[in-house]
Amino acid sequence: MSAPVSMTVNGRKVTANVEPRTLLVQYLRDQLGLTGTHVGCDTSQCGACLVHVDGKSVKSCTMLVAQAEGAEILTIEGLSSGELHPMQAAFKEHHGLQCGFCTPGMVMSAVDLVKQNPAPTEHDIRDWLEGNICRCTGYHNIVKAVEAGAKAMGGSHAG
Amino acid sequence: MYEFNYQAPASLADATKAIAAAEDGKLLAGGMTLVPTLKQRLARPSDLIDLGRIAELKAIKVDGGTVTIGAMATHAEVGASAAVQQAIPGLSWLASNIGDPAVRHRGTLGGSISNNDPAADYPAALLALGATIYTTKRQLSAADFFVGMFETALELDEIVTAVSFPIPEKAAYQKFRNPASRYAVVGVFVAKTGGGARVAVTGAGPSVFRVPAFEAALDRSFAAASLDGLTIDAGELNSDIHASADYRAHLVAVFAKRAVAEIS
Ligand SMILES: Cc1cc2nc3c(=O)[nH]c(=O)nc-3n(C[C@H](O)[C@H](O)[C@H](O)COP(=O)(O)OP(=O)(O)OC[C@H]3O[C@@H](n4cnc5c(N)ncnc54)[C@H](O)[C@@H]3O)c2cc1C
Ligand code: FES
Ligand code: FES
Repeated sequence: MSAPVSMTVNGRKVTANVEPRTLLVQYLRDQLGLTGTHVGCDTSQCGACLVHVDGKSVKSCTMLVAQAEGAEILTIEGLSSGELHPMQAAFKEHHGLQCGFCTPGMVMSAVDLVKQNPAPTEHDIRDWLEGNICRCTGYHNIVKAVEAGAKAMGGSHAG
Repeated sequence: MYEFNYQAPASLADATKAIAAAEDGKLLAGGMTLVPTLKQRLARPSDLIDLGRIAELKAIKVDGGTVTIGAMATHAEVGASAAVQQAIPGLSWLASNIGDPAVRHRGTLGGSISNNDPAADYPAALLALGATIYTTKRQLSAADFFVGMFETALELDEIVTAVSFPIPEKAAYQKFRNPASRYAVVGVFVAKTGGGARVAVTGAGPSVFRVPAFEAALDRSFAAASLDGLTIDAGELNSDIHASADYRAHLVAVFAKRAVAEIS
């Protein structure tokens, strides 16, 4: 039995009829076509599906779309318009990705970190990224990218 | 996932009615355990009653000698509360070190204790601090609430509303994390209270438990050295791919000492 849900995704109001068992990530990818949010593990471990819900990082594979009724959702597609967001630019500059599968989740997680902690130390970054798994990079360049991205964001970017 | 009806009542009174009226209803907090369970088709509830819209379940208060935390307060909110940090730093540290940030943004105190995962952190704090659990039907002590592996004293239509923690003289939590999930392979919460020392262990057995021999030794002298040579019986402890029962017994003694050392 479908029911209507409404929310704001990347600044745009959206309303749809969904079955209550629909996951937020399924709604974002399959109905809104926002395929930048990835599904890696599908078991709340890897963080590839990470998006912001009302400004906080959340694993969208472990949230029902109904739980996001009325919420503001930000996905990697909405992070910036036109130019890369400073955190995306830092990942590019510092080779913070290889295959890129984990990257949208890493970037969204990193942006949330910098919002909560504008000048994170290396330890803060590694600790925060505990819930984001990367199978390629070995993490060192991701940490460098996040350090640089945090500096570039200067604590002032709305992200 | 199997199909279910979804309801998101705005008040505790409506939620109480909804769960009582549902044929086979299940309460939904942050969904950090329940959603994966549904995805794997390990449960087939007729109705999900989402507690996420009930503002009264989110409050965090410190007054007089107690910290009271609403069932729907997230781990991130408890960890970020200056009042909790000041009153019971060990509890604040525990909440801030559950899982990862995204888990802490959704996971709740009520969901954690109602699930009673043998490796969950909160049960150790509730038992060591002698917390009281408030529900829509009654009040329970932590000792009565946690019954066994994934089992509590809750009735099917009973909702945890809040937990109150008496503020101890001092308290600390130390855990040996599973490196992948961060759940406790072993976690030890030590509290020095007006009524004596209390030591509660999670992760090691089927459900959280106290260690009377450690408590008696700490009552004689509250110092890590008081625990020298003391051990616990591995007989009743868990063995799994992460750690054998003998190793867990060893870790209990090590982490109890670390917790005591932190506050003595
Ligand atoms: C990747 C990952 C890592 C984690 N690491 C840790 C860790 O290191 N330490 C740790 O302790 N935990 C850990 N957890 C568990 C997590 O922090 C949550 O506490 C737990 O999953 C419960 O989630 P929830 O609050 O969203 O409850 P839900 O999943 O929504 O509910 C859990 C159960 O409790 C019932 N319930 C919920 N609220 C109430 C209520 N108010 N009254 C009665 N019944 C209720 C539900 O019906 C359900 O049966 C981890 C989880 C994940 C996914
Ligand atoms: S796909 Fe959601 S955490 Fe891995
Ligand atoms: S770049 Fe390939 S998984 Fe991270």
